[in-house]
Amino acid sequence: MNAFIYHFAFEFRAGIRHKQLLLMNYLFPLGFYLLMGFILAEINPTFREDMIPAMIIFSTLAATLLGVPIALSTARENAIFRSYKINGVPAISILTITALTTILHLLIMAMFITISAPLLFGAPMPVNWLNYMLIFTVTTINLASISVLIGVVSSSSRESILWSQLIFVTSNLLGGLLLPYRMLPDIARQVSKLLPATYAMNAFNSLAMGKDADFSPWGSVVVLMLGSLLTFALAIHLFSWDPHHATRHGHTFLGFLSILPYAACVFLLN
Amino acid sequence: MNAIEVKNLKKTYGDVLAVDRISFEVHEGEIFGLLGPNGAGKTTTLECMEGLRKPDGGSLRVANIDPWYEPHKLRNVIGVQLQSAGLPLNITPEEAMKIFCAYHHAPPRFDLLKRMGLSEKQNAQFYELSSGQQRRLSLALAVAHNPQVLFLDEPTAGLDVATRAELHDLIHELQGDNTTVILATHDMAEAEEMSDRVAILLNGKIVTVGTPMEITATGAGQTKISVRTQNASLSGPDITFPAVNQHISKDDYNIYFSFNIGSTLVAIIAFIEAQRDTLIDLRVERPSLEDRFLEIIHTKGTLSGAML
Repeated sequence: MNAFIYHFAFEFRAGIRHKQLLLMNYLFPLGFYLLMGFILAEINPTFREDMIPAMIIFSTLAATLLGVPIALSTARENAIFRSYKINGVPAISILTITALTTILHLLIMAMFITISAPLLFGAPMPVNWLNYMLIFTVTTINLASISVLIGVVSSSSRESILWSQLIFVTSNLLGGLLLPYRMLPDIARQVSKLLPATYAMNAFNSLAMGKDADFSPWGSVVVLMLGSLLTFALAIHLFSWDPHHATRHGHTFLGFLSILPYAACVFLLN
Repeated sequence: MNAIEVKNLKKTYGDVLAVDRISFEVHEGEIFGLLGPNGAGKTTTLECMEGLRKPDGGSLRVANIDPWYEPHKLRNVIGVQLQSAGLPLNITPEEAMKIFCAYHHAPPRFDLLKRMGLSEKQNAQFYELSSGQQRRLSLALAVAHNPQVLFLDEPTAGLDVATRAELHDLIHELQGDNTTVILATHDMAEAEEMSDRVAILLNGKIVTVGTPMEITATGAGQTKISVRTQNASLSGPDITFPAVNQHISKDDYNIYFSFNIGSTLVAIIAFIEAQRDTLIDLRVERPSLEDRFLEIIHTKGTLSGAML
């Protein structure tokens, strides 16, 4: 237990010491949040209604997708996982600690957004705080799991950036953060259901913010939970310490299995 | 008693045979050098012994533990100093010591940080340490849980002379405590100085095992005899000595390459006395481990062939 605590404490501090992680955990989301608050909320006042969930999901996307995968793939390339394996650090600790410390940074960021958005920009507060906390927890765990899986299955840090950017950009465009789900064309709605951000936004809006749901809100929570479980299990199963990938066979293909719960919901959730 | 027993170890990567049925033993408390050019199979052999890779054939015991099937037991009896330090750039020596010792269920050894000259840097981040400090930290972490078997991969590469000597002293101290040391290195002088025995790998096979003295003695290498006299009586063009293959003159020295040192030396000294000359300097250099290593590589496989 001591080992886990020491390791956790180091990884949490590294999230502030490491310039790229500091940028993705705090500076980039904070800058974007202020930009959106001062500019977009003035241009489009209805954005204020979605501001808190949208900015929390944006912060989560940035901290997880843009921070975690490259940190993991770089650690593997630099033989840090080799060193960990030799010294008895289990794969589950490496991945869990990475995910949990990111979630802790996100909690700090989410508290700041939740407190400051109503004061600075007149954004409405959540109406159901319990659901708000539940959806925040489920969403951050889900996106942290996806980020961990990308870091595990990518053959290089460059590949991890490509996968991360693909999900980050499409989530921002189609996930309901900047443009409401109901305003998307039909085909874009179907594509958006492959993205966890869409379910997170739907659940936040309906269960925490008291707005109408675009599709089943509790179904969205269940999909996010199932997706997290499958994704994290795949990440642990596919974890490799090997910088040269001498034992990798079809890891990227197996990683795609994590999309199954979302693909099923394209047809099941309406 | 043997600390390590390797019998017919085989490891392939796809079609590439990295290690080809090698066998050797390492005795308890021994420093065992593992030498070979890049691609010879050293790293794969080490990784099998460290429990990182599953052998495709043969058997392997480290401290009487099967590294692949009993990894949890293995972790606490081996220590590994990696060639690349394998630590996060933002970790401090103090944090690394706490984390690694905790995973080994051992108390943190901050005294080792002091011993390695890292006490003033214990709160500096890893990337802020010099390469010598990084290597010393890596060694401190490798030995902090008092392992029975210590694997060192290029432990002194890139270090200055003083730090290198300091690390050599520490390795000998560990040997004094009956720690078995596996030393993988490209530095032949280091292997010759440190190792009780060495194995030379080439194309996945062990081509020779023995003490550095035994290995250098079995080669076709010639002993170099450098002689300088007061009146330069050896400088005549037609002067020959028994068992000499080659003779060159350089900086007032006559240099002979002999395959029978005894007969050559006796003849040279007798000649100098007969000429009523005076011997000023006489140096005899036996072939080094490096000479023998290069000889083996060139006779049993080409360098390019070995670099898979």
